[in-house]
Formats: sequence, C-alpha cells, structure tokens
Amino acid sequence: MPRISVTVDGIRYDEEVEPRLLLVHLLRDRLGKTGTPIGCDTSNCGACTVLLDGRSVKSCSVLAVQADGGDVVTIEGLATGGTWHPMQKAFHEEHALQCGYCTPGMIMAAIDLLHDDPDPSEEAVREGLEGNLCRCTGYCTIVRAVRRGAREMSQEMPREGMATP
Amino acid sequence: MIPASFDYVRPSSLDEALETLHDQGEEAKVLAGGQSLLPLLRLRLAYPGTLVDLGRVEELRGVADRGDHVLIGAMTTHYDVVTSPIVREHCPLVALATATVADPAVRHRGTLGGSLAHADPAGDLPAVARALDMEFVARSAGGERVIPAADFFLDYLETALDPGEILTGIRVPKLGPGWGFHYEKFHRTAQAWAIVGVAAAVRRSNGAIEEARVALTNMGATPVRATGVEESVRGAELGANGALRAAASRADEDTEPPADLHARPDYRRHLARVLTHRALLAAAGTG
Repeated sequence: MPRISVTVDGIRYDEEVEPRLLLVHLLRDRLGKTGTPIGCDTSNCGACTVLLDGRSVKSCSVLAVQADGGDVVTIEGLATGGTWHPMQKAFHEEHALQCGYCTPGMIMAAIDLLHDDPDPSEEAVREGLEGNLCRCTGYCTIVRAVRRGAREMSQEMPREGMATP
Repeated sequence: MIPASFDYVRPSSLDEALETLHDQGEEAKVLAGGQSLLPLLRLRLAYPGTLVDLGRVEELRGVADRGDHVLIGAMTTHYDVVTSPIVREHCPLVALATATVADPAVRHRGTLGGSLAHADPAGDLPAVARALDMEFVARSAGGERVIPAADFFLDYLETALDPGEILTGIRVPKLGPGWGFHYEKFHRTAQAWAIVGVAAAVRRSNGAIEEARVALTNMGATPVRATGVEESVRGAELGANGALRAAASRADEDTEPPADLHARPDYRRHLARVLTHRALLAAAGTG
C-alpha cells in the first residue's frame, strides 16, 4: 500500500493507505477529524470542504494519495489556543447556522473566498459559496456572517490569520 | 460510497506517464484533477485497474503565449485558467465559460484537459473548444499529433484519444481584434450540468456582425457547431434584435438533444434558440 505523509491542522501524519481511500475518509476514520462531515457524497453539497495547500477542495472528491505531501486545514484547525477563528465567531454571532451540518464547509469556503477578495460584496459571497448547500434555508445569515468575519479578520488578524500556510 | 479497488501510479514526468500507460494498456485510466472521474469511481460507474495520476507532472501545467495561439497545459486547473492574464487577454471566452464551471472548490482541482478529455457533452468547455476551433495536442510513446476540435469529440464521453495517448495541451487560436464573446448557460444549481449552454463569439465591424462562431452544450452526444446560426447572423446590424432572433431560431437545426430528468428534447430545442439569442446579443455588445 502507498505510504503518504500529510500535514493536517499543523500535525504531520505518516499513513499507509489504500489508493481508493478518499481524503474525507482519511480525515474522519483514520485521523479522527470528525469535524469535517460527509454530506451528499456526490460532490454537490460542500459540507466536506477543507483547505488543501491553502485552497478549498471537496475532500470527498480528492484521494488521500493525491494529498501526499500536502497541507490540509480542517475546521478543527482554525481555533488557536482555545480562541475561535474570527469566521467561526462571526457565524456564531450572526446565528448563521441552524442544524450546523453545512457549517464546517461554509466556514472553510468562506475563508478560501477571502484569499482572493478580502472584503466581498453580498453578491461575491453568494457566488463564492455557490458550492456549499444549506438545507435549513439559512443563507441570509450566512452571507452576513461571512462579511462580518471578513471585516473582523482584516482588523484583527491581518492576512496570516487566514489559516496556513 | 467507496470506489472499487485500483492500483495507483503517480509518474513525475510525461515520459514516465506514457510508459506506464503503454504497459498497462486499456486497464489504465488517466487521472487529471479528478472532479469528474472521482464521482464516477465512487458511484462505481467506472472501475479502472490502474489510475495514472498526472498530478505531479509539472510540465503539463501552465499557460504560454505562442504568438498566433495560446497554449494551455492540459493539467492547468480551471482556477489557473480563469486567473491567467494571458487567457483573459487573448481567449476571454475560455475565461468566461471556465468561471461558470461548477463551483470554486471544484475549479481549484478540475483541469481544462481533464474536462475536455472527459468529453461530457453537458460540460461547458467542449462547446467552447468547438466554437473557437481549439486544437488538441496528444502524445503517445510513438510521438505527438494534433487533433482539431471538430475531430476530437466522437460520442458521449468518447474522444479521438487512443488508450496509449495523453492529452498534453490545448491550443487556443487568438481571434484578433473586433470580437465579442459570451457563454450563456441554463442550469439548476452551480454543481448541476448545463441543461443547455451556448458559446458565442461575434466579430463586429462597421456596426454589423461580420462573422460568428456558435457552439452548443448538451444538444447531442457531442458539442455541436450551430452553423445555421453562424450563416444567418452574418451581416446583421448590431442593433437589429429581430435579425439576431431570426438567426438564433436556427440554433437547434441538426441537433439531437437528449431527454433526461431535467428536460425533454423539445424543451432543449426551445432553450437552445432562446439562449443563442441572448448569447448573440451579449457577444455583440448590445445585450
């Protein structure tokens, strides 16, 4: 079996994996990173979105072997020293979740969006999150939260706060 | 869903990849960005013996200005295509259409070569390839050949590539000044395939349309050129909405649109006409 070496949320893991193992299964079943949920399993819903080498990917559509040598950040890697990431805080404060199932993916996609557009308009947020579905009809508060998180990130944590690297 | 077992090879050069493909024969399948192939594997609609992952073949990535055309490496991601200054300047239709492919996370992984070699007629880029007469550079152990877009798409998910061949790059001709572009797509959600799409390029001169290139997404087993529209729209004045509408009414000529959950063939024909009219208006700059 191929041996891979992946950094997840700042910790390096060396694993032997079957080639068919999906990244999301590596994260959840092998590394215990259950903060990343599996939603649709058809790459539609975006619930399993993580950052791979700094960009958002749907971890159900990436093989673990493809992530060999890569740097993965999941929702569990955002908080530092017990303090939530500003985007997490913004989702909390704007009540941007109801059941919460889509939230990890929404937050990771939002953080990715801010790489290219640190102060997105409402329309830009809606387009940037088009790959993430919420079934509790919570988009209005999600959009508000992303814009609030963006403002707070630009004030509090210039650039480097945006999850590694 | 978990894919069926397969062997996995990750060559670091094109030569190594070709050698592997040659050795494995028809059991092997090339993995590009995986955004079409991995869902198929998960649903067990495909079960190759070996996956040859081109993810580390760096020579297949990147965009180069080659004078009369732009060469886009087959493994260039949609994101890198959309953000390439060369593509945006010389092939705006490619940038416009690629920006509508699925969603940002998929565009980070998916590649131009992968989506063309996958040859899904509901994919956006095959129609753009037909509209612009792109050329496909394919390499095998025996050498290199260039396949025109008109000869590349053979049938549903079937291309002119031989089992031992790898698509290495796509040549996009520069159309020169005076052209306007648009890609019009009708779909349910970001991730859903186009029910119908229209890629349009229009050359404007002295207030009229001198030349047009129009190709359709998901109006048959392969992407099709709407030659009837191209003929009819030639000479139309830019402000002549009626003339553009009349030309667009020929959009579904010689097409065999599929029937599926989302649309019947007659509805697709209707959409092709309406969307072609919109695409022509937008490409002509009067929409």
